[in-house]
Amino acid sequence: MDWELLRDSFWPIVRGGLTGTIPLSLASFVLGLALALVLALLRISGRRVLSGIARGYISVIRGTPLLVQLFVIFYGLPSIGLVIPPWPSAIIAFSLNVAGYAAEILRAAILSVPKGQWEAGHTIGMSRTVTLRRVILPQAARVSVPPLSNTFISLVKDTSLASLILVTELFREAQQIAAFSQQFMTLYLEAALVYWVFCLVLSSGQSVLEKRLDRYVAR
Amino acid sequence: MLPAEPDPTALLTVTGLEKSFGSNSVLKSIDLSVRSGQVVALVGPSGSGKTTVLRCLNGLEVPDGGTVAFRGGPAVDFGAGVSRRDALSLRDRSAMVFQNYNLFPHRTVLENVIEGPVQVQKRPRREAIADAERLLGRVGLAEKKDQHPFELSGGQQQRVGIVRALALQPDLLLFDEPTSALDPELVGEVLTVIKELADEDWTMVIVTHELAFAREVADEVVFMDGGVVVEHGHPDQVLRNPVHERTRRFVQRLLHPF
Repeated sequence: MDWELLRDSFWPIVRGGLTGTIPLSLASFVLGLALALVLALLRISGRRVLSGIARGYISVIRGTPLLVQLFVIFYGLPSIGLVIPPWPSAIIAFSLNVAGYAAEILRAAILSVPKGQWEAGHTIGMSRTVTLRRVILPQAARVSVPPLSNTFISLVKDTSLASLILVTELFREAQQIAAFSQQFMTLYLEAALVYWVFCLVLSSGQSVLEKRLDRYVAR
Repeated sequence: MLPAEPDPTALLTVTGLEKSFGSNSVLKSIDLSVRSGQVVALVGPSGSGKTTVLRCLNGLEVPDGGTVAFRGGPAVDFGAGVSRRDALSLRDRSAMVFQNYNLFPHRTVLENVIEGPVQVQKRPRREAIADAERLLGRVGLAEKKDQHPFELSGGQQQRVGIVRALALQPDLLLFDEPTSALDPELVGEVLTVIKELADEDWTMVIVTHELAFAREVADEVVFMDGGVVVEHGHPDQVLRNPVHERTRRFVQRLLHPF
């Protein structure tokens, strides 16, 4: 093990994580979650066409590899005249992908709130939209934290694929140093370690969030 | 729309109310009239359609036919393709107290009560809070206002449910088996509150299996079976000397379960 290399490469790799992996994950997750909420609402809208569109989208996203989706957007679209730079390509691909998975989580979470809660909202005069916003979603949020945390942690690791479309993030930093120093084992283990630490931090964040949202649930 | 209702003193006039779920006809032409300040008890075996009547009045179900009219409002004719707006306008006139309370678990007691007045009726928050605190005090829950529903007993939760309905200042209170989910020793505290409301001339329709309570509080008892009103009238008459065999059997069964 080349300790000196390990030490010298540590900061560049962590910086790649802080300036690449984390912002890429956050941006994709936020956008993906917004799209997921729309998809989830279409799925439960009770209108066959709308629900069918959402179902089709989710099926395609979940049924095709993320790497292929990423390549279609970055390497494929230019052939029909649509050139998107690496960063936006990565964010688009990851948020579209996350939306497919998170939509089903949100749908299940919304459906898990008892029907009586909708009726309670209606009896005090709330419309469907207001009931959804004030009554149903806060309760669904708590239910969806554990599965959404899983999705987010997967996403953080999946962003390493963005290195293949030239986005400078954690893994691409490691790759470049490895190619230069020819110390592949050291650098890739180091990258793995940094990913692991990031995910440990995220997991503890999940527990905090769950505790905070616990007041939203009947016990 | 129908012309003016037949009984001008009636707060609520229901005629020919019909509702089916699939091929199952739950309400077959229900007529009902409720005067201001009157307490009507809806009794009958399970599946007789009592709860569905309440849910239709509150817009939780859309009837297939019949008219519902509140005094001063339009007579909404469900047989004639009502607009969603008219159907929902009925909801503003009444408020429902549910069998399972259906309080909002993520909000405190006080927040549960002011949610409707503030979010829907757009009343000033401070005023809504003052009202809510007064009403909670009246049902003995003033000191529970900052707790969450799951910290309360069933009886306390149901009293919050009643206050949540009262805070909307509806013309009509609807109770759907308000004590059926409660442990027996908690039934009394809820019935006491309802009785006090009756004494204050609130207009109420109560679906209940508590016949003794119905006899004491109700001005009129409506006995339903199989989706029709079998008989109705003064509690002493319907519950002590029923005219119909079906009513007689039902009352006997409740008074002597075994």
